[in-house]
Amino acid sequence: MAINWFKYSSPASFYSLAGKMIPIFVFVALILLAAGLYVGFFVAPTDFQQGEAYRIIFIHVPAAWMSMFLYVVMAFWAGIGLAFNTRLSSMLATAIAPTGAMFTFIALWTGALWGKPMWGTWWVWDARLTSELILFFLYIGFMSLQAAIDDPRRADKAGAIIALVGVVNIPIIYFSVQWWNTLHQGASVSVNQAPAMASTMLTGMLIMVLASWMYSIAIILKRTRIIILERESHTAWVAELQKKGVMR
Amino acid sequence: MWIIKRDLLLAMRRQSDVLTTLFFFIIVVSLFPLSVGPEMNMLRTMAPGVVWVAALLASMLSLGRMFSNDYLDGTLEQMLLSPQSLSLLVLGKALAHWLVTGVPLVLMAPVLGIQYDLPVEALFVLTTALLLGTPVLSLIGAIGAALTLGLRGGGVLVSLLVLPLYIPVLIFGAGAVEANMAGVGFDAHLSLIGAFLLVSLVFAPWAAASSLRVSLE
Amino acid sequence: MLQGISLACVRGDRELFKDINFSLEAGGLMQVRGPNGSGKTSLLRMLCGLSNPAAGEILWSGTSIRSLNGDYFAAMTYIGHLSGTKDDLTVIENLRISSALAGFEINDDQASEALGYMGLGGREALPVKVLSQGQRRRVALARLLVSKTALWILDEPLVALDVMAVKLIQELLEQHLKQDGMVVMTTHQEIDLTAASTTQLHLA
Repeated sequence: MAINWFKYSSPASFYSLAGKMIPIFVFVALILLAAGLYVGFFVAPTDFQQGEAYRIIFIHVPAAWMSMFLYVVMAFWAGIGLAFNTRLSSMLATAIAPTGAMFTFIALWTGALWGKPMWGTWWVWDARLTSELILFFLYIGFMSLQAAIDDPRRADKAGAIIALVGVVNIPIIYFSVQWWNTLHQGASVSVNQAPAMASTMLTGMLIMVLASWMYSIAIILKRTRIIILERESHTAWVAELQKKGVMR
Repeated sequence: MWIIKRDLLLAMRRQSDVLTTLFFFIIVVSLFPLSVGPEMNMLRTMAPGVVWVAALLASMLSLGRMFSNDYLDGTLEQMLLSPQSLSLLVLGKALAHWLVTGVPLVLMAPVLGIQYDLPVEALFVLTTALLLGTPVLSLIGAIGAALTLGLRGGGVLVSLLVLPLYIPVLIFGAGAVEANMAGVGFDAHLSLIGAFLLVSLVFAPWAAASSLRVSLE
Repeated sequence: MLQGISLACVRGDRELFKDINFSLEAGGLMQVRGPNGSGKTSLLRMLCGLSNPAAGEILWSGTSIRSLNGDYFAAMTYIGHLSGTKDDLTVIENLRISSALAGFEINDDQASEALGYMGLGGREALPVKVLSQGQRRRVALARLLVSKTALWILDEPLVALDVMAVKLIQELLEQHLKQDGMVVMTTHQEIDLTAASTTQLHLA
């Protein structure tokens, strides 16, 4: 079956398509989440070094991965929106930012929770934690810039520029922090010990990563739909929706 | 480049603006001994970081002036409509900004370093690192200044956008001085800052020019 | 030759205008009219390339101005609501710098001559901040005298000008039109201009 992809790049058709897809992703996300948590907390064995506390990685690691990945995806869509003047891609970028920021926050929070029993302190200036913190600042910068601009088109384009500048800088920042960390090694504890992971641990983590994926897609689609409604409120098709009283 | 000349001329007519930035820098650096105590050994280890952070803040605070006056009186519009390349104009303005805010900081840094009892060689490294690093701050800052043009609370916003991007310069700038004090080679740090400078010379004016077009549309 | 093809402008949620078509030949004058908020300034900003039309295209000698960029800017002078003068610079510095920015450098003599014509003789060395609104306007308009561009886009050029100055501008515009120049302008004041062709564009 040939699908006309361009059809879905118009906000109106994307709106209805997304409406149909959201329940599917929510459903899959919930199942994966339940399975992942079950494997993580009941099936995976206790770690001989870290005891039970290590189980926070089933949330921490997927969150950290998602936070980094979503920034790149966000910059990608924002860049597409800037280059080809496609409104929908810019809206997607705007919709991704809060989810990315949330995962960054979760990664930081769970990192601290893990750090307390492991290192005896809530926070260490470890390279990864520090990079994650800076990534959080980048998300906040993107969102506050867009929030400060009233004109949506300008917000889209300005956000795209800062997202692209950020994405170019992330590797530079990451390696700077890495280097800074090795220089000050004495002061902090290294997390680079990678203990051999039991295969059930790995399975649990992968399921959780997939669950985060599905959740992200669902929530981003939902948020994009809301943004579409806000932006297109003056158009005929939104008025039509309102008249029918169906916003789904 | 007559745009540099113009901005310098304007700065000459408004010397107080230049001096405010410089005094801000001096005050921030002088606050640290008051807050952590005058213990010389500790101050010596803190010095590179303190001077660099203060330089970052001072340079960032003066970013608002880079485009906003031109925006308000309409000269920025004329720059966008100039047959000359907007990226080059932005480059000129960023260089003028550096000459007006960055260079005074660089010149003042050795004096502040003496307050912190830095050895002579470390003073030299600090000044060199600042000399290479402060233009990067002006160039990256130009992007932030251009994006926040005419926005409510633009001054605070620009710090959110720009400070995370300053981090690599901060790390290697302060790192160069620390390396020197620890008796390790510091050339690698300076070369890296030099590399940042080259990269930002190429990309930042272009990004800032696109930002200006977005902001004025 | 300047051409607009089914131009549209959207501000926020509101469509200011759409399907605007016009064509301006050498020696032609186009007056843009309409009540406040009808999008006159938005249209002029589009025509000079500061903003992009929501739909449609603007052609200069048959080529889209977006692909021309610098070449178009070299053929066009825009004077908007903002005077584009720096308060801290003197009158003559302002004129010389804004000309250099527009791509033609002039010397002090040429600048003084233009300023003299605009009735600013003897005030060259004053900083612009001590001038009155009308005098600032004259400084901005003096750019037209030294410019060699074919297309002038003027947003309310007569605001704050006295009768004498209006007359000067009128002469200046007519001479430009006679030399095959083109003028696009908005104005709320009545001004009689003879041109090879005059277009009236009404925005509702």
